[in-house]
Amino acid sequence: MDIYWEPVWLTLKLAGFTTAILLVLGTPIAWWLARSNHWIRQPVAAIVALPLVLPPTVLGFYLLVLMGPKGMVGQLTEQLGLGLLPFTFEGLVIASVIYSLPFTVQPLQNAFGSINQQFLEVASTLRASPRDRFFSIVLPLARPGFLTAGVLTFAHTIGEFGVVLMIGGNIPGETKVLSVAIYDHVESLEYTQAHWLAAGMVVFSFVVLVTLYSLNGRLQSGLVK
Amino acid sequence: MATTGIQARFACSVGAFTLNVDLDLPGSGLTALFGHSGCGKTTLLRCMAGLQAADGVMRVNGDEWQSESEGASKSSSRPVHKRPLAYVFQETSLFPHLSVKRNLMYGYRRIPQSERQVSFDKAVEWLGLPHLLERMPEKLSGGERQRVAIARALLTSPKLLLLDEPLSALDHNSKQEIMPYLEALRDNLAIPMLYVSHSTAEVARLADHIVMMDKGRVVAQGPLQQIMARTDQPFGLEEDAGVIIDATLSERDERWHLWRADFAGGHLWLRADRGLAIGQHIRLQVLARDISLALSKQTDQSIQNLLPATVDEVAPEVSPGTSMVRLLAGRTPFLSRLTTRSVHTLAIEPGQQVWMQVKSVAIVD
Repeated sequence: MDIYWEPVWLTLKLAGFTTAILLVLGTPIAWWLARSNHWIRQPVAAIVALPLVLPPTVLGFYLLVLMGPKGMVGQLTEQLGLGLLPFTFEGLVIASVIYSLPFTVQPLQNAFGSINQQFLEVASTLRASPRDRFFSIVLPLARPGFLTAGVLTFAHTIGEFGVVLMIGGNIPGETKVLSVAIYDHVESLEYTQAHWLAAGMVVFSFVVLVTLYSLNGRLQSGLVK
Repeated sequence: MATTGIQARFACSVGAFTLNVDLDLPGSGLTALFGHSGCGKTTLLRCMAGLQAADGVMRVNGDEWQSESEGASKSSSRPVHKRPLAYVFQETSLFPHLSVKRNLMYGYRRIPQSERQVSFDKAVEWLGLPHLLERMPEKLSGGERQRVAIARALLTSPKLLLLDEPLSALDHNSKQEIMPYLEALRDNLAIPMLYVSHSTAEVARLADHIVMMDKGRVVAQGPLQQIMARTDQPFGLEEDAGVIIDATLSERDERWHLWRADFAGGHLWLRADRGLAIGQHIRLQVLARDISLALSKQTDQSIQNLLPATVDEVAPEVSPGTSMVRLLAGRTPFLSRLTTRSVHTLAIEPGQQVWMQVKSVAIVD
């Protein structure tokens, strides 16, 4: 039984950490992208979107090199006494954060961009400081965007494979997540086990998306009530 | 440095448009910023609020919100949220995710208790909102939304109330619904109000003072009555040129269904159907085309409102054949439009005593 549940648990843990980190990290990036007119905005937007178009192996390869013993990040982590990140759960979280970045930033950026700027001006004439305006106006109005970003990031992290294989390998309990486990089962011709996991993924993803769509619908109409 | 009144001096460019104004406005009452769209009146209001960055000076009754660099000292400008102002926007500006009550509380909560001059209940009552508090903004009519926006602005106990065409997005009925509230605020609050408008009707009814703008500059300013009574008509009413008079109802003639309205310099009788009361302050409009002049008091004719006046100025109008005559009844100025031939035949000239025959008087609403 553990053989089945260990990858599932590990996958959920990875997706949970990644989503939490990305919502915190992605919010200021998305806010800046939605508001800035600086020339550097376009290059930054392109870098954020890169994981969408690059093969995961390319991303995984560079991360492996960077975090390896000869890479800049690797040397830094070793000096800090953290050891090397590749083939650890922590390394996997960092890779997932980079890989799933656009799935957090883009929905948030759209949500921020569609907020009528006049509401912020109104709030400022009602004595709200910039920080106050962000929490009292922007966050509540962007709620559907946060929901979309969170669910998409979570689901996308669960589905990743190439990056995991490159950076995490296949260590049970540490880096062997669902998608890798399925691959393993298929390699060793254990189709029944592969079916269970694969079908579980299909059902899970379907349920997640249906929930997201109906929640988003209700949030939108909730504003009208 | 003046310690009362509003000093506003701004210079800024937005694209091809340049704003350049230097104003010294009264520190109380309602001042209208009037002009065609694109004249810069909204930009000026935004500069005053700090919503639009501009070089300049902004002082409200001695409190400096923005100052210019003088020698070594750097210029400084307080951010919008640190200026004790309130702003009512043209379009609906209620926060869609908050109920009416929480919209009203938004600014109120952010004011220190010691600075609250307007109580929540009072603002709600003034603007007739008690039955709307639990509603969401989407469920309100346009007029109701604007009333909530005005109450929300008042609840920040502002030192200056800025209104950017608050009625322009509303239909006629909603405008009529809100006007009395604005009049009441003007008469009962000690807060100076700046009111941007391109509607002559709104300005005539609400303004105490008027600033006329064109192409980013101030072309005329002064008390409403004086501006309206200028023969060169900067207000641009043309055919409908006329004066506005503040008057008080002093007597009702039941038999003839007439009211007597007293003003500084005389009285006029007028007909009115709607509910009025003795002692009530009203604004009257008398159009230049409704006043004719006689050299002696003519009683054998139908016009009953006859007022002695002194000719102050005679000016030819743009259209050939007519002249504008400015008259003073006591301190109150009137305008009369005559044909230039009449002016010539009667030999009307400044200093002359004449009788004004006022054919029609309207209550401004």
